[in-house]
Amino acid sequence: MDMTRCLAVVPAYNEAATIGRVVRSIRETLPFFDILVVDDGSTDATAAEAAQAGAVIVSHPYNLGIGGAVQSGFIYALENDYDYLVQVDGDGQHEPRDVPRLIRAMEENPDLDMVSGSRFLSQDFEYPAPISRRTGIHIFAFVVSRIVGQRVSDPTSGFRFYNRRAISVFARDYPHDYPEVEAILVLHFHRLKMVEIPVRMYLREGGLSSITSGKSAYYMLKVLLAIFVGLFRARPVPEPGGEAPVAAEHGI
Amino acid sequence: MEARIQLLAIVASGVLLLIVLELVRRRRLMERYALLWLLSGIVLLILSTFRGLLEDAARVIGVDYPPSALFFIAFAFVLLLLLHFSVAVSRLADQSKVLAQRLAILEKRVREVEAVEEAPEEVERPRAAAAR
Repeated sequence: MDMTRCLAVVPAYNEAATIGRVVRSIRETLPFFDILVVDDGSTDATAAEAAQAGAVIVSHPYNLGIGGAVQSGFIYALENDYDYLVQVDGDGQHEPRDVPRLIRAMEENPDLDMVSGSRFLSQDFEYPAPISRRTGIHIFAFVVSRIVGQRVSDPTSGFRFYNRRAISVFARDYPHDYPEVEAILVLHFHRLKMVEIPVRMYLREGGLSSITSGKSAYYMLKVLLAIFVGLFRARPVPEPGGEAPVAAEHGI
Repeated sequence: MEARIQLLAIVASGVLLLIVLELVRRRRLMERYALLWLLSGIVLLILSTFRGLLEDAARVIGVDYPPSALFFIAFAFVLLLLLHFSVAVSRLADQSKVLAQRLAILEKRVREVEAVEEAPEEVERPRAAAAR
């Protein structure tokens, strides 16, 4: 990939403790990637730390949530003509050294639009999370696999590599509430293809997870609801001259 | 139907209608959100003024006591209005998300342009300029 343009998007909300190290580690392992940190309304020094480490910063004026942050990355990539985008979490749970393997998977099969890193496919690496968290992910995995008709072992993974087609779909239509799980369904409905490959994932190092253990049952319920509601949702991709996705006049 | 409750219903829906019209006139309420309010005000006013109509409506719904039918219809309008507002709030949230994203990307470009203006020799190093 010499002349192709690659962007690493790191969504970050109050990750000042880890973001500098994540950015530096991406720069070292992936020198041909531009790095965009989407600072999602952080109240700490996330943006400054990331800039210090050499990333390009886009700062939301207020917190939009992970979906809005990742979508900003897609919009940025689309506007700046990037061919590939890799999404890496800002909390250090993803391993930038695994990215070349995501890339290779897409090079080997040009039909693919997204390669997702799964923490459950590796034989020699056990994801070090409490059983409750893993069970939750396995339940989503079961439901999502049934819907898309393809085994998806880790639908909550935010460690993903996208091509131009996936970038342009997600720049226009990225789910906001539980984006990783729903994004797989969006891909499926747009007839784009994805595959999973095994990666290592660690537990987050600093900051707070968006999912606290006490709320995880409630969280699961909401995600399952979102999945099923999403099944019936219209997925308009605005064609030129079509109805605007966000319009002043929509009402009941 | 007792005359007192009828009078009360007429006055209440009349006042509602006047308030909505006045808010629209003062531009405190956009027409687009006022339509449903006007519709409910007018329907309630008509039903409370013409007893025969309300009694017919009550029979159709299957309610023995016509004033209860009035409450039922008013409640249905309230539900409809609430749903309408949830839709409006979702749309506003969507719009503000798009605005925040656009703003963030624009800000980044402005920072870059400013950096280039201040230090033109750094043009060939966009990453360093952007990181500032």
